[in-house]
Amino acid sequence: MSISKDMKTEYQKQLHLAIQAGSADKGIELARNALDKGLVPVEFFEEIIQPVLEDLGDRFSRLEAFLPELMRGGMVVKAVQEKVLEPIIHEQSDEMASRGKIIIGTCQGDIHDIGKNMVALMLQVNGFSVVDLGTSVSSRDFIEAAKRENADIIAMSTLITPSMPFMKDVIARLDSLGLRDRFKIITGGAPVTREWANEIGADGFGEDAVEAVEACRQLMGV
Amino acid sequence: METRLRSPSGKEVVISGDMPTVMIGERINPSGGRRKKLTEALANGNMEPIRQEAARQAAAGASIIDVNVQAASVRDEAATLVQAIHAVAEEVDLPISIDTSDWDVLEIALKACPGRPLVNSVNGTEEAMNRVLPLIAEHQAVVISLPIDDEGIQQDPKRRLAVAEKILRRAESFDIPPEDIIMDGLTMTVGADMKAAVATIETINLIRENLDLNMTLGVSNVSFGLPLRETINTGFLYMAIAAGVRCPIVDPIKMRKVVLTADLLTGRDPFADRFTSYYREIRESGEL
Repeated sequence: MSISKDMKTEYQKQLHLAIQAGSADKGIELARNALDKGLVPVEFFEEIIQPVLEDLGDRFSRLEAFLPELMRGGMVVKAVQEKVLEPIIHEQSDEMASRGKIIIGTCQGDIHDIGKNMVALMLQVNGFSVVDLGTSVSSRDFIEAAKRENADIIAMSTLITPSMPFMKDVIARLDSLGLRDRFKIITGGAPVTREWANEIGADGFGEDAVEAVEACRQLMGV
Repeated sequence: METRLRSPSGKEVVISGDMPTVMIGERINPSGGRRKKLTEALANGNMEPIRQEAARQAAAGASIIDVNVQAASVRDEAATLVQAIHAVAEEVDLPISIDTSDWDVLEIALKACPGRPLVNSVNGTEEAMNRVLPLIAEHQAVVISLPIDDEGIQQDPKRRLAVAEKILRRAESFDIPPEDIIMDGLTMTVGADMKAAVATIETINLIRENLDLNMTLGVSNVSFGLPLRETINTGFLYMAIAAGVRCPIVDPIKMRKVVLTADLLTGRDPFADRFTSYYREIRESGEL
């Protein structure tokens, strides 16, 4: 770590204020400043963005912060990501090869995407290439995209129980196509449990975005 | 536009602009693991909580009982759904709304369901229309239709109207009359998109003006992630009924007074009879 603990705390505080103000510009300025001081993009994400988002998430689950604030946090972080971190990561991509390619989406019948977007973002900043298929993705589309993109992992999420059977369906279809061994499968989302993931034969499970990244790292051995 | 459903014994429930708002009771649904007791009971084939929920909702003024048994721990959805439908039919003499996203399960449940049920739901994707609409025609059921198609959810109300029209035309090709299609205005979360509720109400307006279909709406999703959810849901339900929603999907225990108030204010409660009866009922029961 190239900066002091105090500086880190200060950056976290400033990012929190930028999110409160809903100011993408402030977030961008802050990130540029931190990188000038010697932080690398992954550090900025793990040491500054991640703790701030986790704190926001914790306060959301305690009913102290609300969805619009999460959305605003996502907006500011996305701007920082796109305007500051990604260009640098792309520049360095020769040195830092992708840790793996991941197809991600919300299962058929479900149009919720807040959690899925957060997971996609976390995977990206952690060095994975991510192809986001969006919401209500059919089993067929998951498989077609995985084949087309030559993906390593298919990541499926849902917030609602009626869409859970589609996770099983994707695995069954891969089986019948003889493709099951070609892709790793991870699942997540509010009603999805580790037991369910095991039962349907998924390779990994994430309770939240941090766990999802960890599961993908393990599956890719990185 | 009059939609007619029938209870197990053959009693009619009519959905129409001139009639009182019809509440579809949403409480028999283990979704999201929130209703732990219900989920456990369903997984064990214990229908007692189902009967209780049916009776409570009927007492609170529900005219249709939605039955959804989808949960990760329910192994055989078809068998459990049929069991639950029979339990509800024995407990209360009201039309049933068969709520599943598995078309094979729907086919089995439709065969087993007494009366003239509602099906929750079809949408505008080719797969769903081709599979569900023939079943609706065969069983002469009524179906809730979500204006979502193969392109996903449209934000623009005009596009939602176009999808609603597509479903209506397709239904016609199966000889399903427009009164047997209940269109859903699609509730999205206002916490994620400030214009979400406005888009839903605009969709309802467009469907009312252009297609004259009876409409439903599940309101509670609108308040996800915000505090004072019931206050938001209540406000949204007033807006929806005023715009033309005739049979909202609600928790009747919480929303009965809202629906009665909306009917009073939209001129569908002559001499305020239902509103004042409700008042007398809660005064006598000591709720006030």
